[in-house]
Amino acid sequence: MASIPLEHGLLLSGLLFALGLLGVFMRRNIVFILMSIEIMLNAAGLAFIVAGSRWSQPDGQIMFIFILTMAAAEVSVGLALVLQLYHRFKTLDADVASRMKG
Amino acid sequence: MILLWIIIIPLLGGLLAWLSGRWSQLWPRWVSLISLAVQMALFLIILTEHFGEIQISGRPWLVQFDQPWISKLGIHVNLAMDGLSLLLVLMTNFLGIMAVACSWTAIKDRVGFFHFNLMWTLAGITGVFLAIDLFLFYFFWEMMLVPLYFLIGIWGYENRVYSAVKFFIFTQASGLLMLVGILGLYFIHGRNTGIYTFDYMQLLGTTLSETTARLFMFCFFIAFAVKLPVIPFHTWLPDAHTEAPTAGSVDLAGLVLKVGAYGMLRFLIPLFPKVASDFSPIAMTLAVVGILYGAILAFGQTDLKRLVAYTSISHMGFVFLGIFTWNTLALQGAVMVILAHGISIGALFILVGVIHERIHTRDMNRMGGLWATAPRMGGVGLLFALASLGLPGLGNFIGEVLVLIGAYQVSIPLAVFAGIGLITSTIYSLWMIQQTFHGPNREGWKVSDLTGREIAMMTAMIAVVVWLGLYPQPVLNTARESLNNLQQIVKKELVAEYSEGFISVKTGAP
Amino acid sequence: MLELLWLVPALPLAGFLRLLFKAGRLSRKSIAITGVGSVGLSAVIALIIGVSFITSPPPGYVYTQTLWTWIKIGNLVSEVSFYLDTLSLVMILVITVVAFLIHLYSAEFMIDEESYSRFFAYMNLFAGSMLILVLANDLLLFYLGWEGVGLCSYLLIGFWYKDPLNGRAARKAFVMTRFGDTALAIGIFLIFNNLGTLKIQEFMERAIHNWSPDSAIAVAAAALILGGAIGKSAQLPLQTWLPDAMAGPTPVSALIHAATMVTAGVYLIARTNVLFTLAPTVQLSVAVIGALTMLIAGFSALTQWNIKRVLAYSTISQIGYMFLALGVGAWSAAIFHFMTHAFFKALLFLSAGAVILALEDEHNISKMGGLRRQLPLTFWTFLIGSASLSALPFVTAGFYSKDLILWEAWSSGNRWFWTAGLIGALLTSIYIFRVVFIAFFGEETVRVTRKPKCLMKIPLIILSVFSIIAGFIQLPDTIVKFPIFSDFLHRALPATKVKYDGVNVQLTLQFLTSLVSLSGIFLAYLFFLPHRQFTRSFVQTNLGSALHSYLFSGWGFDWFYERFFVRPFIWIARIDKDDFIDIFYLGIAWLNLVFHRLLRSTQIGLVRWYAMGIGIGAVITLVIVVFL
Repeated sequence: MASIPLEHGLLLSGLLFALGLLGVFMRRNIVFILMSIEIMLNAAGLAFIVAGSRWSQPDGQIMFIFILTMAAAEVSVGLALVLQLYHRFKTLDADVASRMKG
Repeated sequence: MILLWIIIIPLLGGLLAWLSGRWSQLWPRWVSLISLAVQMALFLIILTEHFGEIQISGRPWLVQFDQPWISKLGIHVNLAMDGLSLLLVLMTNFLGIMAVACSWTAIKDRVGFFHFNLMWTLAGITGVFLAIDLFLFYFFWEMMLVPLYFLIGIWGYENRVYSAVKFFIFTQASGLLMLVGILGLYFIHGRNTGIYTFDYMQLLGTTLSETTARLFMFCFFIAFAVKLPVIPFHTWLPDAHTEAPTAGSVDLAGLVLKVGAYGMLRFLIPLFPKVASDFSPIAMTLAVVGILYGAILAFGQTDLKRLVAYTSISHMGFVFLGIFTWNTLALQGAVMVILAHGISIGALFILVGVIHERIHTRDMNRMGGLWATAPRMGGVGLLFALASLGLPGLGNFIGEVLVLIGAYQVSIPLAVFAGIGLITSTIYSLWMIQQTFHGPNREGWKVSDLTGREIAMMTAMIAVVVWLGLYPQPVLNTARESLNNLQQIVKKELVAEYSEGFISVKTGAP
Repeated sequence: MLELLWLVPALPLAGFLRLLFKAGRLSRKSIAITGVGSVGLSAVIALIIGVSFITSPPPGYVYTQTLWTWIKIGNLVSEVSFYLDTLSLVMILVITVVAFLIHLYSAEFMIDEESYSRFFAYMNLFAGSMLILVLANDLLLFYLGWEGVGLCSYLLIGFWYKDPLNGRAARKAFVMTRFGDTALAIGIFLIFNNLGTLKIQEFMERAIHNWSPDSAIAVAAAALILGGAIGKSAQLPLQTWLPDAMAGPTPVSALIHAATMVTAGVYLIARTNVLFTLAPTVQLSVAVIGALTMLIAGFSALTQWNIKRVLAYSTISQIGYMFLALGVGAWSAAIFHFMTHAFFKALLFLSAGAVILALEDEHNISKMGGLRRQLPLTFWTFLIGSASLSALPFVTAGFYSKDLILWEAWSSGNRWFWTAGLIGALLTSIYIFRVVFIAFFGEETVRVTRKPKCLMKIPLIILSVFSIIAGFIQLPDTIVKFPIFSDFLHRALPATKVKYDGVNVQLTLQFLTSLVSLSGIFLAYLFFLPHRQFTRSFVQTNLGSALHSYLFSGWGFDWFYERFFVRPFIWIARIDKDDFIDIFYLGIAWLNLVFHRLLRSTQIGLVRWYAMGIGIGAVITLVIVVFL
């Protein structure tokens, strides 16, 4: 199996991370923001795997599994927040919830 | 051990008062009063046991209690009492009783918690007067602030929150500076000798370079100067005193200010004699400025309580002047002013509280002619106004005159300017009497005269002030040896290179 | 019997305490008995002490009694102890007797007063303090008495406290004298610092040994003590409080502001005469101040309409005489004049009080007239007082004391002082007989509603007698050589150095003095009885009215003080009410607030904005980590 060069993998992960970050910055819909965060998390995970395969270490994959579980937890909390937000404001626009108090 | 109990009793009393406040409004008052009475009894025991020793020279302490607390860091619960601290804790106890008595009817809201704060403040102040471990000193120093903050912030007048916060920030910030000084001293002493300790007696005579000594001296100085207060660190005082409830004002003016003076006497000058003596011309000038400036400010006020508050700045200037003059007469005078001013200012604040309870204003432009309806109140007010203008025969006069004579031996111009303070204090005192008790009764007040409880309080305070004025010798004797010890400590440090300056070392007795 | 000395000041103080603690629970009668009786007893004891002092004098004509040690710190020792010599004996006799008579008078005079007991309490406190002052053996104790009488003066001037003007006059008196008091206090510090003792006799002895004549230190000490005396005795430039002090009840003016307290300065200078001998320049200035004050106050007295203000200016002027005497070293003459002045001025005030009471609180002499028929006794007593004040030759006490001062001023060598004294004597007889002629002669314009009864009459009569006979204890050489008073006093005070002597000169001078006194009375008669219209029209001319109002206002001293001291002080206090220094701390608080606002604007609540912040921050951190 021809190994993919480390640079390519890292470049892809960087691109994905930038895409996610841009999504977080640009999107107003909170679901999309959440999705963008997932993309960023996966980008970070990809970088771990690429680095792990480059040095033939299992640590990268372990970290990815760790990130995966954490992402799952985070999504569940995030979605619960989204539901609450929708319940309160009848919208998914994050900017609406800019007031600090209830 | 008895010294520890002296501090624990008000702490316990405070807790009990808080608890008992759940069931009754009356219990907290009695609990506080009884615990102060027990404390007084302990003082009497100490007095009877050590009465003969007070005047023996060369003994550092009458009673001492020393127990390791955090031994790894060299922190001890080290309490000690000499004549000076005996006088001060006695005054604390006396004014504490007055504070409880004067809030007997005035405080109706959260009585238990009020007395808890009052008692813990008193315990903190007592601790400051007794602690000779610097860490413990700092501990008590900070301990009295929080309950005082609550006293002002919860039970004060209209602008209480602003004043409480201002008070807290001033004292807390300056207290932290002192902590820096204490720690610096601790580490340098530890590095020099290998013994890491906060013990006052061991830290005395720590060798410091001139710059570090100056730095640490200013750390201590600012903490004490804010409390005293020294111009220009005084601006928290009028706000805090004016807005605090009567008991809080009595504690603040009668005791908290004295803590600053005590700190200077016990710690600042003995720990840093050289730099302190270099600093003393500036300090004495500040003191004289304070005497005059405080008096002018007092005269300008229309709020009776604020006027009384500003007079403290003027009078504490005499204490400050006396301490930095540092000869026997001036030091005795400073102690005398501390005691007499504590009582007389406490009485004036109580009187302001009494008037406010009856007519619900502190605005002097609305008062006037109260003498006709309340002659006893007028007489008492007149007497304490006269005390504050330094009438011979009352305690304040003795103190101020001793300070002035002492200061005269060191610097004639400063003594002359401080003497002008006698004129300015006359102006504001008489103005206060004119606006409240004399003159026409502008709004037709019908004020009931002092009640039995108030008469009892005032009688006690008048008795003390008159006694201090006519027969001050017992007090002078009690303080003599402690002051002498402090002077000896400084003298030992300075004797080598001292040539001439303000802290009069050459003159053990002039 | 001398051991009873402590009772002399203690009795009035005990009376004060009784009135204080029993306030409101005593009947008027027992108030009067306490108030008058305590001072009366004290007078009796003073007389007993006086008799025993003269019949069996203590060694060295000095008796000291120490009660307790007040303050003792190192070499600062202050004792509550009394010192009785011939000087203080004369003082306590005059004070207790005059005070007793005035108390007796007040018992009737103040009977309608609401605060009867407060009045007597203050009066008793005053008598006690005054006696402590003259008996004190110790400078601090002296200062206690000194401040005590000042306090009572304040309390009694402002006795009718409901009128703010009275309060103002009272405060003015206290604060102005306090200027002098502070000078005195600093003088005490100086004396203690340089001589190491507070005992009056001891420091004077040490001063003689340690200080060379006219040395700076002696001059400073004498000048500071003079400062104290000026304040208390209402001399130039601190004299303006005394006319205003007439706001108090008339017996108060008689006791405090004529007979006793205001002469405390004279006593102080006489007591510390050693210092003034050591500092001749200061002693000279005592005489100059005295002469100037005498003339200035004499002219002002000419223009006053308020009967009490005339007497007040007259008091200032007569104390000027005493200062003049002290300044030329005529110590016993000054004390002699103090004594006669105490009698006749108290008499004048009490008579004026009877007039004021009779006319329902009328003070203005222009509204009085012809009172001699309605108030015959008061007329005669006032006349005797006036005669004594204007030194009517040979029959009055005032003549002998004033003549003695003038003679000693002449013989001291400085003719200016003698001339000033003579002009002063002329002014004195004009202004006092102006009052006599305007108030007691002429047409009857008012009706008398109340005549003095027994308690007021007795003091008036006794004081009239004293105002005449008190002079006979010191007769000039020209008549009979009978200087018993000054011989007595010379056991305590140094004798006057007489440079010129000669019975003929003295006789000529006496003749001149008598002539001046009589012509003053005659001038007053001319101006204010037959030619009153002429006087009035003169006052209405431009020059006349300007002069009149200038003199009337006391030579503009009040105006000056008001402009240059009182108002600036009040102005500073008012604008600094909120304390300039606090602005600094408020500034710090304000800066905090500004930063708070600035940073708050970044916390707008937009999640994406925060995310952007995180992103940019991360990039910046990366850049820093990688490239730097």
